[in-house]
Amino acid sequence: MAHDLNFLSATQLAALLEARDISAVELLQDRERRIAAVDNRIQAFNSRDYEGALALARASDARRAAGGVLGPLDGIPVGLKDVIAVEGQPLTCSSKMLANFISPYDATVTTRLKAAGVIPFGRLNMDEFAMGSSTENSAFHPTANPWDLSRVPGGSSGGSAAAVAAGELPWTLGSDTGGSIRQPAALCGIVGLKPTYGLVSRYGLAAYASSLDQIGTLAHTVEDAALLLGVIAGHDERDSTSFRAEVPDYRAGLSRRKGPWRLGVPKEFFGAGLDPEVASAVQAAITHYRQAGCEIREVSLPFAAEYAIAVYYLIATAEASSNLARYDGVRYGHRSAKAKDVVDLYFQSRAEGFGDEVKRRIILGTHVLSSGYYDAYYLRAQKVRTLIRNEFSAVLQDCDALLSPTSPTAAFKIGEKSSDPLAMYLTDIYTISVNLAGLPGISVPCGFTTSGLPIGLQIIGRPFDEAGLMAIAHHYEQAHEWSRRHPAI
Amino acid sequence: MSSDSDINIDYVANLARLALTDEEKARFSRQLGDILHYVEKLKGVDVSGVEPMAHASPVYNVWQEDRVRPGLPVEAALRNAPAQRQNMIVVPKVVE
Repeated sequence: MAHDLNFLSATQLAALLEARDISAVELLQDRERRIAAVDNRIQAFNSRDYEGALALARASDARRAAGGVLGPLDGIPVGLKDVIAVEGQPLTCSSKMLANFISPYDATVTTRLKAAGVIPFGRLNMDEFAMGSSTENSAFHPTANPWDLSRVPGGSSGGSAAAVAAGELPWTLGSDTGGSIRQPAALCGIVGLKPTYGLVSRYGLAAYASSLDQIGTLAHTVEDAALLLGVIAGHDERDSTSFRAEVPDYRAGLSRRKGPWRLGVPKEFFGAGLDPEVASAVQAAITHYRQAGCEIREVSLPFAAEYAIAVYYLIATAEASSNLARYDGVRYGHRSAKAKDVVDLYFQSRAEGFGDEVKRRIILGTHVLSSGYYDAYYLRAQKVRTLIRNEFSAVLQDCDALLSPTSPTAAFKIGEKSSDPLAMYLTDIYTISVNLAGLPGISVPCGFTTSGLPIGLQIIGRPFDEAGLMAIAHHYEQAHEWSRRHPAI
Repeated sequence: MSSDSDINIDYVANLARLALTDEEKARFSRQLGDILHYVEKLKGVDVSGVEPMAHASPVYNVWQEDRVRPGLPVEAALRNAPAQRQNMIVVPKVVE
């Protein structure tokens, strides 16, 4: 095997498998060697079941030898954020609460990956219960940014982003509640797609904020994101919020839809707090589209820009306080050894099992739902959410998509914001409103800072128009070299 | 009533069934006070006549056919139980 596979896309790996240049077993062995060589510095993984994955790779090779592959992606490994269930594998949510939990069933996305021959390999680190923007809230260990090991990879899907950026795995799945796929993708210099709410089933995704959570993809290229989305998208009767959306051939759509497009630029997303180097890289990307014949239109999203973070931290914490009530030490998860009675068992097990950020959000969510505060906080936040969605709907009637930075800065230092929750929350200012409105969003690499840190361009699309969104992203990506740069690790 | 950005940490922690140390109570009160102060900006929004939005999905009232299908086997459901006996989960005594 003469190939260096570290930074090959899944599309390229599929071609090598198809040509019999490599086998699925060789590919997995090679990935395991790479992970063993670099992950002590990156710490993207919480765990991985190499023997189990090897058995799936052997089965894939046997199918190929017999001429019966399950599809073009048969035999390619995929890493999963440690919040998505794989039967028989750990599901920790990077929490002490679930440190010993083993999934009794597959998430729907896992079932669909396996049906396509894609091999789930590795449980990836995250902020505990997906609450955070830096992966520092993991109860186990922080993850390093492959471009600068003293910096965060972003979060909450930091392990999923770092594993791709460091050339450990070709692609991964993450979840995005307020930016948790797009922001780490931006900070690690890869492509991160958050689909429309309802396009991908949440069955088997440990719940954080159910009206906002959505599973999506992290990959080197938009083409890979399109292929992986095609595997996991579609209606599922086990998720009552899943939509009966058509699942087109997303990859075929990339080159079929060529524009020119009408693209909106929300003027409020370029204000105070935006790093000048990030601003100039995103402006250069906007210039690319203008020169390609697209109509660039300045638009205004005043509610999203001013109120999205406040609305998010009321709604998301309210939902979290309800969702995380299930962790009581009774049926599964951590149980305190020092409880005096059954009620004390709840108090002590939760105190010992949850980390600081999770406790903070449970307290805040419980407060805003409590008697006397519900109308002032939760109900009012839901109404402002309507205003945010309405203003997105209005601008997307005239625009095919919106362009903005993904994150106001490049990757920050480990520890820089960890003692100030509000400062950490403000890093999600451009991504959070997209979840509130339920829209699809993608981050694609659009340059580097002078100190060599990646910068992400966020493109926001119309509901269930992932095909159009990815075609716009692909157009930019194909004209630039950013995706071909990799960290020296 | 005290300021809106104050939080009665003992009351709320009890509702949330979370045992907090004195140090945690002091730190969380301060941090959550900052956050509640930040979200007070929502009070300036005119929301009269605006419907609240619970989620962004265009799906409402989903019905499923009522049919028998396999569920999780008992052994699988109990696999993660912290303590079990005779296919039941063991908890501290509830009634004196």
